Amino acid sequence: MRFDPELAEMRFGLGLSPRVTGPGDLAAMLRGVSGADHMAVRFPIEPFSAFLARLVVNRELRKERRQAGAGSEGFTAATKQMSLGKRDARMAQGDWLGQQVQRRVWSESGFRERLVGFWADHFTVQGKAGLLRRAVSPHVEEIIRPHIAGRFADLVIAATTAPMMLHYLDQESAVGPGSALADEMRAKGKLKKIGLNENLAREVLELHTLGVGAGYGQEDVHQLAKLFTGMTYQPQVGFKFQQKAAEPGAETVLGVSYGGPGNAKLADIHAALEDLAEHPSTGLHIARKLVQHFVSDAPDPDLVAHVAGAFGATRGDLGAVYAALLEHEAAWGADLVNVKPPFDYLASAYRALALPEGAFVGMEERDVQRHLRVPLMQMGQPWERPPGPDGWPEEDAAWIHPQGLAARIDWAMRGPGEGMAELPDPRDFVTAALGTRVSDEVVFAARAAESRREGIGLVLASPAFQRR
Amino acid sequence: MDLTRRAFLTRTALIGCSAAASPLLTPISFAAAPFEQRFVVIILRGAMDGVDVVQPYGDRALAGLRPKLGFGEAAGALDLDGMFALHPGLAGLMPLWAAGELGFAHAVSTPYRDKRSHFDGQDLLEAGTAELGAATGRDGWLNRMLQTVPGLSTETAYAIGHDEMTVLSGRAPVANWAPDAALELSPQARRLMEKVMHDDPLFRDALAEALLLARVEGVMDDEAAMGGMAGMSGMAGMGGMEPATQGLGAIADFAAERLRGPARIAAFSIGGWDTHAGQSKAIGRALGELQETILRLKAGLGPIWGQTAVVAMTEFGRTARENGTGGTDHGTGGAALMAGGAIKGGRVYGEWPGLEERALYQGRDLMPTRDVRAYAGWIMRGLFGLETSLLESAVFPGLDMGKNPGLTL
Repeated sequence: MRFDPELAEMRFGLGLSPRVTGPGDLAAMLRGVSGADHMAVRFPIEPFSAFLARLVVNRELRKERRQAGAGSEGFTAATKQMSLGKRDARMAQGDWLGQQVQRRVWSESGFRERLVGFWADHFTVQGKAGLLRRAVSPHVEEIIRPHIAGRFADLVIAATTAPMMLHYLDQESAVGPGSALADEMRAKGKLKKIGLNENLAREVLELHTLGVGAGYGQEDVHQLAKLFTGMTYQPQVGFKFQQKAAEPGAETVLGVSYGGPGNAKLADIHAALEDLAEHPSTGLHIARKLVQHFVSDAPDPDLVAHVAGAFGATRGDLGAVYAALLEHEAAWGADLVNVKPPFDYLASAYRALALPEGAFVGMEERDVQRHLRVPLMQMGQPWERPPGPDGWPEEDAAWIHPQGLAARIDWAMRGPGEGMAELPDPRDFVTAALGTRVSDEVVFAARAAESRREGIGLVLASPAFQRR
Repeated sequence: MDLTRRAFLTRTALIGCSAAASPLLTPISFAAAPFEQRFVVIILRGAMDGVDVVQPYGDRALAGLRPKLGFGEAAGALDLDGMFALHPGLAGLMPLWAAGELGFAHAVSTPYRDKRSHFDGQDLLEAGTAELGAATGRDGWLNRMLQTVPGLSTETAYAIGHDEMTVLSGRAPVANWAPDAALELSPQARRLMEKVMHDDPLFRDALAEALLLARVEGVMDDEAAMGGMAGMSGMAGMGGMEPATQGLGAIADFAAERLRGPARIAAFSIGGWDTHAGQSKAIGRALGELQETILRLKAGLGPIWGQTAVVAMTEFGRTARENGTGGTDHGTGGAALMAGGAIKGGRVYGEWPGLEERALYQGRDLMPTRDVRAYAGWIMRGLFGLETSLLESAVFPGLDMGKNPGLTL
């Protein structure tokens, strides 16, 4: 395999940049994934544990309001504070979106940003109500980002026990019917809150580990849901294993028994997640997804087998898995194949345009809307609002339909001109954006466009720029 | 409609400049469609709880299964026929029920069983096949229906919104568009855009269709603005409802507008049905969207509502028992909604299997007693006169449509 630094930036990175040079060989590319995280320092995003403080404040205000009573002065004051807190979080969410664009403009290890995006999507979460709707980026920053180069099992455990996951897939309030808490509640006549919820257990098996084609059944889902009881979180402490709510006794998942007589333990949950993470079906599922995401919608079977082999041999050491992906000839086919999803597309355009540092941060809300949120929504990828726990689609056809393409073209022709004070000369920009993969048609279009703005738009709309 | 003076002028100018050069403009002048009936398919993504929407409150086992969720008239539901009650979230549709323009099919499912994955379940619902696999390809049953109809134009069928609508994708020409989509290019920019995309079929074809549809929209908006289709467009056709600017309201308005024109088929989706926790609130929100969608379609279609059938179907039902978090988990049998003047409504169709423990599928889910595809098939039989044998082979391969339930007028 001959390393192609340009293709490395396009296919496995964030696209070409006129200002930043990507890694020069495979070893540098892999080092970039696990080395010091410069982008996280330079363009900071609030970690989830800090975000929790916002929830604590909100909860206190709610209490104050209740105590003050409706109609009182205290009630009005607390309500006002609450809505300020909401506004602040909403604006912060916009800033974090801007920071993520900035990371993608300035990163020297694009593969790292891409992997963070890949795993954040693999373990999709959403906030379903209140302040948590703003907490996805903080979650990714603290839960996903630090774990992308270690053991897959550690990533699975981090993602499954994360407050946002427990919230998104409804695990937080499940109570084992045989637990001490259930007994207490029954004694108080609070029957409403006792019982299991299968949502997280099912998606852990179907999406996060084994994959839907693997050999598990409804009873495995049910048993895992039972085993998962007790996992919850509190604003003051984050994740909490509430032993009282956990179903006592052993649960059997894929023929393996976890726990035993006596109190349920968090260690039993971890043990089950470890086994699921290292299961051969999981290795194959992850290998296929990685190849599909980075190389082609129609994954090359040899390449998938090679990556799955590395996964199995190292029991899911992600560094080795990435190395296997990158060392295989089939990953480096010269033709650009996959279509960039909207966020990747928009960010790669700003990378090619060398968006100035500091742009898109501290913006007014309406500008966040105009420059980032609305274009992403119209391209079919509303920010932090994926269609379901399976995340965003991979297939090119899911993005390049008439309405999706119209939105991309509309943005390419207009957006950069509105987002930046100055645009480069389209004749130079052709090379900055497409390197050696530039066609006569695109060169001609950049030259023949009626304005600088449209010249840039035509280059960004060209299939060579939209694929990778 | 959403028409500013600037957009109006730009579009008029655009059409003026390129009309002579464009062979694509001709079909916009409302080519005759192969049939007059309208068919709207709504995919309810996330697994709608049929037992909560059309509540079998005449079944004595229900109380034991759902002690906390609440049901029946005590929970605000509206009696339909003594056996079933309608969730209050659809109360606004009761006039349609009374007029025989709203009905349901209960205890239905696709052939999908046991793994209860949304994503595979939706794939199968839209493929319309008995199982998933390479052999079935990626085309949807609604598209296969269109493949049997000669004389289609690109505007006979619309897939609307930003969700992928596999149900309508396939070899037959289909228009894909969203109400908020727009594409305005100067003639020079358009020529250059076509040039840079020419060698990439995916991009080239999507661009050609986008350019055509953006122009269709321009033409329709212009006619609305000029009062060209008097009584058929804009506020006059909306039965007094304000046009929606976003969300499902906008999608429904857009669908109604196209169906007043050359379109005969529309498909789109409504999400938000995956109610594992706090179901009372969550399903209320989703039902509110479904209700608004149907009311807007009716208002927007005006007299054409009389020859319209709407069917809303979901990938599977939910557990008969409520779970521990005020919701329900993935199940099997569920319900489908049918509406429109072409529907013989005022009835809950289907054989009720009962909710006693032994009657449940695997002791946990509502037992499906009929394939939901049979209902879709009989609607198409009634609307378009398609042969049962064709429906059972080309559209829903391997399906036995069974006895005619008499769904259409």
